[in-house]
Formats: sequence, C-alpha cells, structure tokens
Amino acid sequence: MQLLQNLINALQLGSFYALIALGYSMVYSILMLFNFAHGDIFMVGAYIGFGVATGLIALSKMGALAMPNWLILMLTVIFSMFLTSFVGMFVERVGYRPLRDAPRASAAITGLMIGIILETGNLILLGAEQLSFPSLVQTATYNLGGIYITNQKIMIVALSIGLAFALHQFIRRTKWGMAMRAMAFDYVVVPLMGVPLNKIAAMTFALGSALAAAAGIFYGIAYPVLDPYMGVLFGWKAFVAAILGGRGSVVGATLAGFLLGFIEIFVPMIFPSTIRNFIAYSIVLLILVFRPHGFFGEPYSARLRL
Amino acid sequence: MLLTVENLRVSYGNIKALHGLNFQINEGEIVCIIGANGAGKSTTLKAISRLVPVEDGTKMTYQGNDLLDYPADKVVSKLGISHVPEGRRLFDNLTVIENLKLATFARKDNDQIPNDVQRVFSIFPRLEERQNQKAGTLSGGEQQMLAVGRAYMSGRKVMLLDEPSMGLAPLLMMSMFDALKEINQEGTTILLVEQNARMALQFAQRGYVLENGNLVLEGPSEELLENPEVKKAYLGG
Ligand SMILES: Nc1ncnc2c1ncn2[C@@H]1O[C@H](COP(=O)(O)OP(=O)(O)OP(=O)(O)O)[C@@H](O)[C@H]1O
Ligand SMILES: [Mg+2]
Repeated sequence: MQLLQNLINALQLGSFYALIALGYSMVYSILMLFNFAHGDIFMVGAYIGFGVATGLIALSKMGALAMPNWLILMLTVIFSMFLTSFVGMFVERVGYRPLRDAPRASAAITGLMIGIILETGNLILLGAEQLSFPSLVQTATYNLGGIYITNQKIMIVALSIGLAFALHQFIRRTKWGMAMRAMAFDYVVVPLMGVPLNKIAAMTFALGSALAAAAGIFYGIAYPVLDPYMGVLFGWKAFVAAILGGRGSVVGATLAGFLLGFIEIFVPMIFPSTIRNFIAYSIVLLILVFRPHGFFGEPYSARLRL
Repeated sequence: MLLTVENLRVSYGNIKALHGLNFQINEGEIVCIIGANGAGKSTTLKAISRLVPVEDGTKMTYQGNDLLDYPADKVVSKLGISHVPEGRRLFDNLTVIENLKLATFARKDNDQIPNDVQRVFSIFPRLEERQNQKAGTLSGGEQQMLAVGRAYMSGRKVMLLDEPSMGLAPLLMMSMFDALKEINQEGTTILLVEQNARMALQFAQRGYVLENGNLVLEGPSEELLENPEVKKAYLGG
C-alpha cells in the first residue's frame, strides 16, 4: 500500500525535476553551456503563475469574466509559459549571447550571477515572505483499494508527461527541432544551412523557460508555497537529472527526472529521512561512474571550430 | 562581375592569414584557388561566407550588394551563396534527407523543394537509396555527395567548394567533378579551392595561386598548367 502510495508521490516529484531538466539539457546540447540560472527561471515562472492566477481569479470574482476554475488553471499555465519564455529569451540575450565565444567558465558564472540577480530581485520586489499559491484545483481524492490519489497529482503527472512528449515530437519532426539537433552536433556550420543561430538559441531558451514555468505552477499547486530561493536546490537536482539523462536527450532527461523522484521518495522508506539526500545522490554518483555520458547522450562532433 | 573581392584581410588573433587578396568571379564561371597547406584557401572561403571576421579595408561586393552587410546565414538564404566546408561537416546525427531538408530552413519556395531533392537524387542516386540512413554512417564518398547535395539545397547562385576531392578514390573523384560540372551548367557559379592543383585546373576555367596569404599568380587554367613555376611547385615538376 505504502509502496503504491509513494509511487504517485515519486511521479509527481519526478515531474518537476523532468520539466526543469529538459531546459537544462536543451541549452547544454545546442550551446555547450550550462544555464545555471535555470532553477531561478523555474522560480520566476512560479511567481508569474502566481500573478496570472491571482489576476484571473480577481477578474472572475468581479464578475466581469466569470470563469470556472479549470479554465483559470489552463489559462494560467498557458499565459505563464508564454510570459516566462520571454524571461528566458532575455537571459539569453543579455547574459549569454555576448559571451558565446568566451571561455565556458565565464558563461557558467554568468548563469550563477543571473540566478542571484533573479532571486534578490524578487526579494526586493515582493519581500521575503512566502506566498501561498491560490488553489485552483478542487481537490478530489480517489480511493483505489486503499491507495489515496488526488486528482491534482494525476493532473500534474499527466500534463508533465504530455509536455515532455510534445517537446520530443517538436524536436524530432519540425525544422526548428532539426536545427536544434544540428546545432547540438556541430553548431559552427549551422549558419551555412541558412539557419540563424541566434534565433534557434533564443527559441531554445524560450522553450526551456516555458517548461520551467509549467513546473513552477505545478509546484505551486502541489506545495502551495513560493519563496525566492525555491529554485536553487530544485535547479541543482534538475541539473543532475539533465546530465544523468544524457546530453540533449529529451527522453533521457525526462526519465532521469523521474528516477530522481523515485530515489528521493523511496530511499526514506528504508533509511532515516535525514540521510535521504546523502543516499539518493550517492546512487546518482554511482550511476554516473558507470555511465559517464548519462543514459542517452547524443553524439556530437569533436570539431567545434571551422 | 558577380563577386568582387578587394583587399581581403583576415587574422586569427595575432596570426595574419590573408594579406589583402583581390579577385573577381564572373557569372557562370568555374574558378579555382590552388595553394599549399596553410596558404589561406579555406580562410578565403570562410571570409566570403562570413564565418570569420574580416579586417577593416576589406571590400566584398556581390551583385551590387555589400557582402559585409549580411551575416553568415543570410549570405546563404538571401544571396544564394552556398559553401561546402572543408571536411564535409555533415550532421552525422541527422539522416540524409534531414541534412538536405535542414539546408532549406530559410527558403520560402516550399513548392520547389521536393523538385530540388529529386534533382539531388538524380545527380547522386546513391543518396536516394540511403535517404533514411544517418549521415554519420555513410561512406566517405557518399558523405561528399551529401555535402554537395546539401549545398545545392541551401542556395546555388554560387557554390564555394573546399577540397571536394579530399579522400576520394580517383574514379569517384572524376564522377564528383562530373556532377559539379553538371550543376555548373545549370547556372551555378563555382569557386573551388584545392590542394590537388592538377585536378582543379583541369576542371576550372581560371585559376589563382595562393601562397602564404597572398595571391601570386592568376590566369586561364591552360596557362597556369603550362606555367613553369606552377608546374614546379604544384604539379610535381
Ligand atoms: N581557427 C583558427 N585559429 C587560428 N589560426 C587559424 C585558424 N584557422 C586557420 N588558421 C591559420 O590560418 C592559416 C590559413 O589557414 P587555412 O585553413 O585557410 O589554410 P588552407 O589553405 O585551407 O590549408 P589546408 O590546405 O591545409 O586546408 C594557417 O596558418 C592556419 O594555421
Ligand atoms: Mg583548407
């Protein structure tokens, strides 16, 4: 019983890691760059979601535009993903594009600095108080032979898998996705195909940030408290999932996200929860020792200059 | 004059690679630049493609357009100048057909694309057989065909070719140059750089000789083939 109960918890936690890991993985694959600000974009996405949801609820309450909760939820997800994608494109434009040819270490610390700016910016703007996310889902609990599953969790897991699947199809089937795969392999010659590198880079940040925003809203629905530093530890763990999944692999990052969720939820069933992260990340370390390229790393050209 | 290059200078950090080249290409021509390792042949093509920055004083004009106004992707998509880079540089993780399709990324004439794919397949039938195979698994010769096919798809007013004969067996090399001649006869102007000087001069109508970043000789191919200095330095005596 406990086992099955935890299964759905693990899937939910894994959903957050997976959605955030996808953004890390895509950026890493096309630009050879770790966007260490990505965890904070998740945080910003959650706050944008908070703002959009609060606004829509107010609108609806005023009676100007009465909307059922499910519609508010859907609109919140869509608008927040859209708005957060601009945050991602902005970060790329000011933080990374000028450093495209700089040493990788400089680009990495840029990410850390942008992260700190986003956290403290939020702190200045909204204060240190935690915000509680408005409840948008009328919680219903289903009893499946002794296991209690909420509709919320089912929705979060299903939407997350749906988004990961949509991204996978996008990368496999569209010409923009093809350009991303080409960039991952050998980005210097991509312009010779008539492909504008900057647009693909911006689009990749936009996609990753939109997914992070979805994760942020789902997090808000699940836990329901937001604080400016919520993205730090989550971001690091999602980063671990991205690397574990293998460079540029949507399937890999998603599975690795879920795997982390499972490890983190199931380890405390056996060990005291104070050492849960210790055990969990020792397992991850062990996996990496045996599979240094992660699960499904895409190959890439060793020739990164013309 | 289709393409005019004046005072082309390129440096990589402190290393000066090109010291001020001047050359022109007429519409429909096949022109080659020959030279030894490190002479600056690839750099010349990369400068035209805008893949490397040029120094002040460089002027490059293409059909009345200042080439320096165009970033690398627009040189391909707006001006139709395609570039087969040294070492082919295919996207090994994409299939043959995906490599060809990617090259049409910015094209607006979607109706024409299938015809062009068919044209590439008729020039290189091997590619049609292997269209769903990953480019990285092709043989060297097939990869060179795909590299040319990809350039054909991206834009073909001008094709810049960087050592298309590299690594090809003599027979395959002949058929590659036959295919290029066919593409040229359909209206594509070709600028070829080669270490294989004899092959290049037999193929091209005109040639330039590049030495240490300077153009030292130019003329019709027959003249260069007979030139004693060229014979001594590039044609094995
Ligand atoms: N990315 C680079 N960084 C530094 N120096 C470079 C770079 N690319 C080329 N060079 C230098 O510029 C000069 C010209 O190189 P280029 O590649 O144009 O020669 P090439 O004529 O094409 O030679 P090859 O026949 O060997 O291909 C060489 O001295 C080379 O070492
Ligand atoms: Mg070269």
